[in-house]
Amino acid sequence: MNWNWFFRKKYNDDHPDFWKAYVDSFDKKQRKPIQETRFVAFDTETTGFDKKNDRVLSLGAVEITNKTIKVNNTFEIYIKQDVFNPETVKIHGILKEGDLEKVSELEAIKLFLAYIKNDILVAHHAGFDYAMVNEMLLRHGLGKLKNDFIDTGVLFSKSKHIIYRENLKKHYTLDDLCKELNIAMTDRHTSIGDALITAIAFLKIITRLDKIKILKWDYLMK
Amino acid sequence: MKNSIAERVSDFLKDFPPFNLLKEKPLLEIAEGVNIIYLEKGDVLYEKGDHYHDYFYIVRNGAVSLYHHAVEDNTKHMVNINDAGDVFGVRPLINKENYKLTAIANEESIVYGIPIDVFESVTNKNVKVYKYLITSFASNAYDPYTAEENTKIFVDYLPNTSQDIVNFQSANYTKNPICCKADASLQSAALQMSEHRIGCIIVVDDKKQPIGIITNSDIKNKIATGLFPITTAVKNIMSSPVISEKKNLTIADAQLKMIKHSIGHLCITEDGTPNSKLMGVLTNHDIIATLGNNPTAILKDIKRATRTKTLRAARRQANGLLKSYLEQNIPLTHIVNIISQINDAVTMKAIEIALEKMPTPPPVTFSWLALGSQGRKEQLLFSDQDNALIFEDVPKSKYEETQNYFLELAKLVNKSLNKVGFEYCEADMMAKNPAWCKSLSEWKNQFKDWILNTDEKAILLSSIFFDFNHIYGNQQLEKELTDSIYETLSRSSVFFRFLGRDALKNPSPLGFFKQFLVEQDGEHKDLFNIKYRALMPLIDAARLLILSKQVRGVNNTYERFEKLAELEPNNKELYESCAYAFKALLKFKTKQGILHNNSGKLIELETLTKEEKLKLKRCFKPLHDIQEALKLRFDLANF
Repeated sequence: MNWNWFFRKKYNDDHPDFWKAYVDSFDKKQRKPIQETRFVAFDTETTGFDKKNDRVLSLGAVEITNKTIKVNNTFEIYIKQDVFNPETVKIHGILKEGDLEKVSELEAIKLFLAYIKNDILVAHHAGFDYAMVNEMLLRHGLGKLKNDFIDTGVLFSKSKHIIYRENLKKHYTLDDLCKELNIAMTDRHTSIGDALITAIAFLKIITRLDKIKILKWDYLMK
Repeated sequence: MKNSIAERVSDFLKDFPPFNLLKEKPLLEIAEGVNIIYLEKGDVLYEKGDHYHDYFYIVRNGAVSLYHHAVEDNTKHMVNINDAGDVFGVRPLINKENYKLTAIANEESIVYGIPIDVFESVTNKNVKVYKYLITSFASNAYDPYTAEENTKIFVDYLPNTSQDIVNFQSANYTKNPICCKADASLQSAALQMSEHRIGCIIVVDDKKQPIGIITNSDIKNKIATGLFPITTAVKNIMSSPVISEKKNLTIADAQLKMIKHSIGHLCITEDGTPNSKLMGVLTNHDIIATLGNNPTAILKDIKRATRTKTLRAARRQANGLLKSYLEQNIPLTHIVNIISQINDAVTMKAIEIALEKMPTPPPVTFSWLALGSQGRKEQLLFSDQDNALIFEDVPKSKYEETQNYFLELAKLVNKSLNKVGFEYCEADMMAKNPAWCKSLSEWKNQFKDWILNTDEKAILLSSIFFDFNHIYGNQQLEKELTDSIYETLSRSSVFFRFLGRDALKNPSPLGFFKQFLVEQDGEHKDLFNIKYRALMPLIDAARLLILSKQVRGVNNTYERFEKLAELEPNNKELYESCAYAFKALLKFKTKQGILHNNSGKLIELETLTKEEKLKLKRCFKPLHDIQEALKLRFDLANF
């Protein structure tokens, strides 16, 4: 009998150690009170919106613990990519060559996983960023991200009172959020800038939710 | 690794003191250590009694209030509101003590926590930064309870009282004077003098010790007369030996020495004898220049004046004096004393000149009163003239004739004061107005009417008329009037309530989020009126309190507060902080006035530095407190 089939293996033996450590870290994961929980807001800049063919050019992330963001523990990385799309340069401003210090995709994954640990990820329209990172992982034969994640777009809709929900837009861009929540739009369209904006939007939204007394884990993660 | 967020943080910080005093690199180092903290309205950043954090704070967005929390009765008393760019929470870090105030978000805010260890290591030697922080935390934590400590903190900001004044009066000599050798030709020496536009040249030996001097008069008397040819050597015509002195001699000493030797030049040498190195030369002109900026000289000029024109020149000089005093940070009390003496002397002289122009001597004695700011001895810059005249009682049949005489006299005086630079009073509160030129009895009746039948107009006038000061003539008249006023005051209590209400008509100059309340419309839109919003409430409060205490002879606002502190030891802190705030505000107004060449009462806030705004704000706290005190004392809440 193949025990492997019954106890599905978490990872293959030939997976790199950093991946094994990352996966293992989820074993003993327990929820702490929200105030003590570390959230990681992140954002990606990509060559385009095609999950299969486009690539991640940069990853930016900030950590939030107890409503505080530490500037000396932010994550900002630029990735060497062969795929290049001149069309999107005007949005993110990252050139194929350029003088930014860049790392390989695998190195970026390793650093990113070490940064996010097993904590909760926060992103705006998280699905896309999540998927882009997963594609990166798959290209290197690794599994998908295991972190829970919160989408500030969805969360924002939830924070609106039920009577306003009918008028809600289907799709809130990060710019919409900045306007509604009164957040300064500095460094839009850099991964780290958008990550910081997302983090502040997240803090503002959970404050609203807190006020209407529904800030529970179940609610947040649903 | 690149840290874009730190770059953005430092980009924000660089606009605000003390960070604006730092260079890019250390600033970025600080920014990297910053904690970005999100606070919702009501969130507590720290509470009184908490152990000090490793961070102090600067508001990025929103506003954070500081509260004084009285444990005994569990009341909170707001001390200050910090808005974007304001630094707070420094004091406990420097003193290594627990928080004394509570910081609560006044609205949804983002605050940067600045790590004190990084900050200290980066700014270690930057004295300016450190001083700013000290001012800042003293001001942020400002409240009457810590007033005493504040004066201690401010020690290095306060000028050492007498040193500056003494320096000011020591003679300034010319350093590195032009020299020549003894065997140089007279012509070459004269060319040097002409090139440097100087009146003398010092002849020195190889050791640079002075052996002689050639002045313009030597050339005139010995060359131009043909006594010596122009080709002669310097040594043949120089005056020798020279008279020398040590440096740091006072003007008086230098003058004595020049008179004694009937010379116009003193050589300043290392040990004071001609047998040491030459350091400079002190000329008669240097002394005059120094004296020109000397109050004694100005007063002397005023006393000698026979024409208004001379008075004007002297009063202008006083403005120069005022400017240099302010630059040297000479205590305001000292400046005020000197300038008001000069103003009084100018008025006295103007009256004397006018009296001479009158065809006959005055029929009876009179007293010339200065009112308003001059009456309070607080007039530093030129402002409107407010004055009045009391003349001795005369029989009814003679009244009109007598009044006419004094009106004529007053007209001359007002005109000449106007020529000197004091504008006519817009409200016509001048002795040339028949309403302000009356006999003693008429004046007594006038004040009785104001006090006992108070109306809005009376209150308006009282702000000027209760601060009068005798300048010239028969002081007995002014004394009798004062007696009568105080006697009447003791019979009325409602008058004080009217005055009190008037004193409260301009509430605290800060609006929501510590914004300055600026003028809403008219030609002064968006300007901050420091006179009406800050100085007048203090002046009014001081007058009301001092009148209610029946204290006489103290007209000056800060002296009034100091007197009140003496009379009411339990309110000492409050009164002293008011006196301090008044002096600071007056100084501020005067500096602004000199800067913009006007009365200084309207301030363009944008031209102020963050530091100046901070200092201004600091003065508003006692203002608020004294108004609260007035409300209680004179029962004004529902008046």
